[in-house]
Amino acid sequence: MITRRDFLKIAAFSSLLGLGGAFTINALEKEPGQKVLKDIKALKGKRWAMVIDTRKFKTQEDFEKVIRACHKAHNVPEIANPLHEVKWIWTDDYEHSFAGTAEEYISTEVKERKFLLLCNHCDNAPCVRVCPVKATFKRPDGITMQDMHRCIGCKFCMAGCPYGARNYNFLPPRDYIKELNPEYPTRTIGVVEKCTFCNERIDRGLLPYCVEASEGKIIFGDLYDPNSEIRKVLSENIVIRRKVELGTQPMVFYII
Amino acid sequence: MLDLALKGRPRYWIWVSFLITMILIGFICWMREHHIGAAFTTGLSRDVTWGFHVGQLTFFVGVAASAVLVVLPYYFHNYRVFGRIAVIGEFLAVGCVLIAMLSVFVIMGQPSRVWNVLLHATPHSIIFWDMVVLITYLSLNLLCGWTVLHAEKKSAPPPKWIKPFIYWAILWAPSIHTVTAFLYAGLPGRPHWMTALQAAHFLATAFAAGPSLLIILSMIIRKVSKFDPGQQAINKLAEIATYALIIHLFFIGLEFFTAFYSQIPDHMKSLIYLYQGLEGHNRLVPWMAVSTLLAFIGLIIFIFPPLRKWNVTKVIAAACVFFSIWMDKGFAFVVSGFIPNPFDRVTEAWIALNEFLVAAGVWSVGALVITVLYKIAITVKEKAVFDKYGQKQVVE
Ligand code: SF4
Ligand code: SF4
Repeated sequence: MITRRDFLKIAAFSSLLGLGGAFTINALEKEPGQKVLKDIKALKGKRWAMVIDTRKFKTQEDFEKVIRACHKAHNVPEIANPLHEVKWIWTDDYEHSFAGTAEEYISTEVKERKFLLLCNHCDNAPCVRVCPVKATFKRPDGITMQDMHRCIGCKFCMAGCPYGARNYNFLPPRDYIKELNPEYPTRTIGVVEKCTFCNERIDRGLLPYCVEASEGKIIFGDLYDPNSEIRKVLSENIVIRRKVELGTQPMVFYII
Repeated sequence: MLDLALKGRPRYWIWVSFLITMILIGFICWMREHHIGAAFTTGLSRDVTWGFHVGQLTFFVGVAASAVLVVLPYYFHNYRVFGRIAVIGEFLAVGCVLIAMLSVFVIMGQPSRVWNVLLHATPHSIIFWDMVVLITYLSLNLLCGWTVLHAEKKSAPPPKWIKPFIYWAILWAPSIHTVTAFLYAGLPGRPHWMTALQAAHFLATAFAAGPSLLIILSMIIRKVSKFDPGQQAINKLAEIATYALIIHLFFIGLEFFTAFYSQIPDHMKSLIYLYQGLEGHNRLVPWMAVSTLLAFIGLIIFIFPPLRKWNVTKVIAAACVFFSIWMDKGFAFVVSGFIPNPFDRVTEAWIALNEFLVAAGVWSVGALVITVLYKIAITVKEKAVFDKYGQKQVVE
């Protein structure tokens, strides 16, 4: 059932994507070096998803480029202590990334691979379910959003997320930003933050920063569009997802 | 009646000043946390985001719910023995719900935004329901306790209109603890918490810890005032605690069976961590050993009637049971739910001093409210106690 409020949200959103979106695409295509989402049409049936081709990430620099692009643009604080760090996208090894389903006798090459981890923008997201103030909410296009101005910092979502994808600002984040990007807001102490699939870029018809910086190693697109590139990649490769058995329907796929 | 709280002997005022000092210290520590960040003031981390305070919520909601154990037999089954302590139980519930609610409040990173929970009411979040049931339960107990006491003061039977509220409070008590269990029981990534037994187990622990505390409080009241909650009532509370304790221990056994017979690693790991240590991490093992030992000392005393009836051993057992469950539910249960983390790694957590002092401040708020309410209740009851059968208390 669609409530009036939801309808208004969808209406506002689709006009942004449909009309405003088309307009910005034209404007932006002229800027060199910016990859643009081709499949922005209407909101109907859209579900953003990501495929990470883990075979193509070879060197440390491959990962760092991607992580740096995201963290710099989003003013993610650099906190050294792993207990209190904030990370939107990061890496871990096979065994820990796929804890519970990792194959012991898989090739050493895969075992030694690193995997990019980020919020899975789960279709059935527990973090959204438990948030008492709708600070974590779902956009109709599948993005799990985080409203840093509404979050009360109860950390329920962190107990709810089975992927360790959420960060609580245990420390004043602004003290730990090395290079400030004035285009993107910084956060305050005591709120939760995480990857938002670069919703601010998607709304302007641009690909997420990490996808752009990966130079083809990450594929992003609309899962509901049978002709999209992401569907093609998914149908041609063997992919795995993290903890599918929990029913959260993660929207990040890994080509092994 | 409030004026009765303003007259007291020096020791009453010393106790009240002590509590107020603790509240102030707690408040300063809490302000400090918001200034320098929870990284320095709590034992929490990315991996273990809930700890001591959420444990206090869990534990004290249970103690509050256990008031039903004296209210229900008295009002519902006309069990006269509990006539004298029904109000004591209700006022204990008021203080404990307050502790529980404040314990959630102090964990919030942005406490000034707490109204968002009502402004953006979210029915699919359990925190919303927890807030609703707790506020309702607090109001109900305050209303019922106060009204009944007021009638007692005038040596009159309680007014008729209060009946529905008393029954409502009785129905509400299990619900507050069930909703609190649902905070944990429905999270997909936390196998240690995700058991359908959770709410039932919570109630069992509550019904052991709550009466234990009431026993201790009754003995204190007996010592410091002329009001006697009644030996028979105290004995009955010990019996109730015995049954609840046995059910609690039985439920622990059930959890162990399910985890270890199924051999599903995720279900075994938290238990292994708690009782044996996991991958070299064993900070909670001695803690759990003490908790288990206390539970068994309590069990042995409670199970043998002569030991259970003798007041000295009874109080020892009550203290053992209370602390055993506090250690388990008020800390270990919450922390071990986060171990191992989603990446199958172990990050341990411990109680930081600042965190402890904040909690002590919160307990003091509850204790102060209970003290004031008890002071009033005891003064009224010292004069004359008429339960609904018009039975007058005999003051030795
Ligand atoms: S990965 Fe975690 S934070 Fe992201 S949508 Fe899923 S449950 Fe929520
Ligand atoms: S910490 Fe913030 S985002 Fe997470 S559940 Fe609480 S209010 Fe929602």
